[in-house]
Amino acid sequence: MPPEPILIIGIGNPSRGDDALGPMLIEQLEALNLPGVELLTDFQLQVEFALDLQGRKQVIVVDASLDAVPPFAFTPVTAEQDSSYSSHAMSPSAVLHAYQQLYGPPPPAFVLAIRGSAFELGEGLSEAASTNLASALGWLCNRLMETWSKSGADQSDFGGGRHHHRCRE
Amino acid sequence: MSQSVISNHLETAPHPETLRRVAIEPISRVEGHGKVTLLLDEDDHVQQVRLHIVEFRGFEKFIQGRPYWEIPVMVQRLCGICPVSHHLAASKALDQIVGAHTVTPTADKLRRLMHYGQILQSHALHFFHLSSPDLLFGFGSEMAQRNIVGVAAAYPEVARQGILLRKYGQEVIRHTAGKRVHGTGSVPGGVNKNLSLAERDELLKDIYQMIGWARGAVHLTRHLFEQNLAEYNAFGRFKAHTLSLIRADGAMDLYHGGLRARDMDGKTIFDHVNYDHYWEQISEEVKSWSYMKFPFLKALGPETGWYRVGPLARVAQCDFIPTPLADKERQEFIAYDAGNPAGATLGYHWARMIEMLHAAEAIKELLHDDDLQGTDLVVQGERQERGVGMIEAPRGTLIHHYRVDENDQVIRANLIVSTTHNNQAMNEAVRQVALQYLDGRKLTEGLLNHIEVAVRAFDPCLSCATHALGKMPLQVELLDAEGNQIDQITRGSCDRPTSNC
Repeated sequence: MPPEPILIIGIGNPSRGDDALGPMLIEQLEALNLPGVELLTDFQLQVEFALDLQGRKQVIVVDASLDAVPPFAFTPVTAEQDSSYSSHAMSPSAVLHAYQQLYGPPPPAFVLAIRGSAFELGEGLSEAASTNLASALGWLCNRLMETWSKSGADQSDFGGGRHHHRCRE
Repeated sequence: MSQSVISNHLETAPHPETLRRVAIEPISRVEGHGKVTLLLDEDDHVQQVRLHIVEFRGFEKFIQGRPYWEIPVMVQRLCGICPVSHHLAASKALDQIVGAHTVTPTADKLRRLMHYGQILQSHALHFFHLSSPDLLFGFGSEMAQRNIVGVAAAYPEVARQGILLRKYGQEVIRHTAGKRVHGTGSVPGGVNKNLSLAERDELLKDIYQMIGWARGAVHLTRHLFEQNLAEYNAFGRFKAHTLSLIRADGAMDLYHGGLRARDMDGKTIFDHVNYDHYWEQISEEVKSWSYMKFPFLKALGPETGWYRVGPLARVAQCDFIPTPLADKERQEFIAYDAGNPAGATLGYHWARMIEMLHAAEAIKELLHDDDLQGTDLVVQGERQERGVGMIEAPRGTLIHHYRVDENDQVIRANLIVSTTHNNQAMNEAVRQVALQYLDGRKLTEGLLNHIEVAVRAFDPCLSCATHALGKMPLQVELLDAEGNQIDQITRGSCDRPTSNC
């Protein structure tokens, strides 16, 4: 039976400046074709994402942030009730809380908040955000490999040296 | 039931400088937001109420200069809440640009399937997750309970069905648009894929369950009305004209039709009007205190020509719904309590669930249609310079209007989104609620939530209208006449200035 995958969700609007950080990180991860990793993108989180968390070893939500210490912050997130229910976009904590109500304890979850600064419609990624994205991608790749190593998966199952090298670029 | 007359007298108070100002201000992540301001006299009586939505004016800049064939994909990025509606409205406008006055049956039905998927998922989210906490627990109930988690604890099956209905609608979109988000399924002149038999069979597997749950949701909204009839009928009630697309035979058609407008007594103002020249029927007024324009019917003028759009307008003014279960529910809705819910602000919820049932039934019918597996996907004709596309989006009528030059570049774009059509109607609802619940009383979070309940009934999409991210948490400041803060209440603030909160 294959091990449970790690789900990585990139959040943001690709056409709104640094809001594209989440989707762009997913796009770059897709190119690496990492095994054991599932990728999703959307404009925002909503309650049905709770369904996507089922049977996942870990969940990582990647998003642009205006207050993360550059280049990025990686923090665990727990199921908590908040008032994002009243909006068209839920917080990661609220999605985990919805999962907990439906299915019980959710998988371990983290937020990778990449520092951005400009969010204008029609603008591209800022120079600083591009640098932060590269740092976040390299760090995340290494973390994914470490996670799989600790779980006993063969490094070769993870793509061996080729992906390791590309992650460090 | 008596209905409140138009309350324009509350739009501008005679001597605002003598009044206390209360601002109910959603906190938005980037720029653009909406807020409600109330002016109260020394006895806390309401003298002026305004809903301000900061309309984003960057659509044109974003679109102009782009080749027209990029537009159906690009416009999805205007709004993360209803990207499919923009995708389809733009495609319909660009059909005209490429001379495709009639698309193929496969293209027409695949687009309709995508659209009904969008209606289903959007209406499910709105009712089960944004509104049901207020409706099930009460508008002024304990805030800690008044959320989807509270619903999941007290009504676990309702919460579960809401999530699965929403998910099903998104699966319809994924199979028809090609992707879960940023789909490319609809193109100028048609579609770029059909629905495979495997995709059809996957969707068919659950559709009967979805119809059953959607029908249950209609009955739940009816039950809520029955339980609270007097309050629901009166809450934020006002009289308004209505506007929507309508099929040639008078049936509800959320994808295509002519324009129908009826006055507040149900009499026809115009009917089956070709929307290609919508500007001959609809104009927009600018008011100095609001960034968002106020559309009105030109025949009636700006003072009295405003109208409401969306589920309540559509269900109330169609002659019938062309799917049996939804039409039966429509008939009962129209007949219930002498038709009072069909004129009530909270009637939006009941009407929205009838539309959700219609969407589920329409999806079932389409999935049994072999045209979805056709291979004739795109048509083209004589190239045109101007194209108008109109669609009934989940929140109401959506207009896309483009002009394209000889180099295939868009040189002019005009979009009127559903929330803009409902601008004056939402203002009226808020004014009525302020008079009914806030007038002469000390403000509390529960009372202020009544304002939010009134606005939420319309399901406004602040992402479209303002390109904020659709949040409606409240920050309330109580100021004296000099603008000094006396008190404040904050709830729903998000400490992560990121798009996921």
